Amino acid sequence: MPVQVRGEVVSVRRAGQYHVLTVTAPGVPELARPGNFATLAIGDLDSSGLLLRRAFSIHGVQSRGIYGGTIDLVIADAGPGTHWLTQRRRGDVLDIVAPLGRPFALPRDPVSCVLVGGGYGAAPLVFLAEHLRERGCRVDVVLGASTEEKLFGVLEAKRIASTVTITTDDGSLGETGLVTDHLRGVIDRAATDVVYACGPMGMLAAVADIAAEAGIHSQCAVEESMACGIGVCMTCVLPVIGEDGITRMLRSCVEGPVFRGDRVRWQDVGTIPPDTLGAPMPEGRDR
Amino acid sequence: MTRAVVRHSTAAAAVPAIDMSTRLGSVGLPSPVLTASGCAAAGRELDQFFDITSIGAVVTKSIMLEPRSGRATPRMAETPSGMLNSIGLQGPGIHAFLEKDLAWLRERGARVMVSIAGGTTQEFEEIAKILREHGGFDALEVNISCPNVADRGQVFACRADSAAAVIGGVRRSTDPSIPVFAKLSPDVTDIGTIALACIRAGADGLSLINTTLGMVIDVDTMRPALAGVTGGLSGPAIRPIAVRCVWQVRDVLPDVPLIGMGGIRNGADAFEFILAGADAVSVGTVVFHDPSAPARVHAELATLAAQRGFTRLRDAVSYAHREADPPPADTDDGYDLSLPEWV
Repeated sequence: MPVQVRGEVVSVRRAGQYHVLTVTAPGVPELARPGNFATLAIGDLDSSGLLLRRAFSIHGVQSRGIYGGTIDLVIADAGPGTHWLTQRRRGDVLDIVAPLGRPFALPRDPVSCVLVGGGYGAAPLVFLAEHLRERGCRVDVVLGASTEEKLFGVLEAKRIASTVTITTDDGSLGETGLVTDHLRGVIDRAATDVVYACGPMGMLAAVADIAAEAGIHSQCAVEESMACGIGVCMTCVLPVIGEDGITRMLRSCVEGPVFRGDRVRWQDVGTIPPDTLGAPMPEGRDR
Repeated sequence: MTRAVVRHSTAAAAVPAIDMSTRLGSVGLPSPVLTASGCAAAGRELDQFFDITSIGAVVTKSIMLEPRSGRATPRMAETPSGMLNSIGLQGPGIHAFLEKDLAWLRERGARVMVSIAGGTTQEFEEIAKILREHGGFDALEVNISCPNVADRGQVFACRADSAAAVIGGVRRSTDPSIPVFAKLSPDVTDIGTIALACIRAGADGLSLINTTLGMVIDVDTMRPALAGVTGGLSGPAIRPIAVRCVWQVRDVLPDVPLIGMGGIRNGADAFEFILAGADAVSVGTVVFHDPSAPARVHAELATLAAQRGFTRLRDAVSYAHREADPPPADTDDGYDLSLPEWV
């Protein structure tokens, strides 16, 4: 159950090419689970022409402390809305809705888990790793980005994970290549039971494939563009196969953002597969 | 169910003494603020943020006869003070809607205006008949801004004859006690002509306006931003167009119930529509900014109208159409021309 609260900015600090925003969010830390996200309004309606909220996966929570409950969000300065957020200062007020979306499903038993993050898709993974470690799970982390500056969470991952594998496209840090070039090796070495992933769609598709080949379960958190974040606008849909074998266009904000890797039709994202429930019939044929 | 604590509300603490009730044909509502079709799903999500039984009614997302996948993504682009969307009426079909969505709304105790859409006049009529058989809702809104399969995909709302055919068919297929509202498109040469045609065809009232057609091109990909190429523009950017449409239709049809909508953010925006001639307003796209907006708009509208001296909101309907106020008398202009006493 999400809440809408007014939060005060505690700090905005740089982390590579990203900014980590810590903001008070009364009631949210107690409700938030790894994989949940929060949305922030950009300015107020009288002065801002940016109507849509921005969505960020929750990087961490502190339920107590001198500020009361706070949440951490990782922001990539990628446009006027996110830029405005990076310019906030201590004491500025933000309109927050959180926690939103379905969190990562956690294993009941102390199994071996690999967490894969692409760019700032790594944001929810430390939060997730903490929960997995509490359950006695082994945690290995694979983080990748195009270049060192675009990696996120490397130090935090090293503190909590059994092994951390870093990849960059340009070789500026860690191995040269993609996270998916090294994932199978990590799975084999760690005898992984579950893969958790968050990052761009192409990376998630490849992660889901590798997990399927290895015969293990994958949980993928998608980054779809959203207008409302609460399930009413129907803009963030993607084709997902249900328990009944039928493909439906599901909302990544409420039915996701975490999906089972083997349920998403990755190759068909951005389209309506012809066998989707309610898909338009080809020209000239009756429904 | 526990309700989210909304600490966001900017509503004044004191409840102003004003009667906010309104009428949409045969149906009386305690509040003139409704949700807008397509911006509230079937109420359940928004009920986490405010009590959906406290507003006038929930206007549900347009429902069609069969389940519908909608269009490919991207379906949305943000625009200055607005957004462009091309969802393609994704929905579960009328039967699943009745079983899951309408049943929940009734159990919750919300007043419901069901929005219906179709590709043919027959589809509209068929949905209306299924709804008549089922009952359990308060009013119908007919979304005639959808493509007419028989007319090369031209939307019904663009022509008086096709709009009237749909409205006539739905009116005949619907229980006479249920008001039928036609939702009009602003993308026409003369909205008064279409409004008149819908009323003559049996509509009890009109909803003004649907989105206006727009387009965004992504300068990075150098392709249209939406998979559907064009989309409907909504949000504060279109509010002056919507207020103009309400004003023009009110001029043509002085006594017909009107629901005004298009870019309402706050109570003042809603009040503009009331003054232009709307008996009620729908709050749509702003919900994507502030999910508790409908309840907030109600509170702000009540405060503002009371501050303007109204004790019944319905007295403010069309108030901007009155003759210009007489110029203030000379003695009220701030200058006292009489000689001071000590002279």
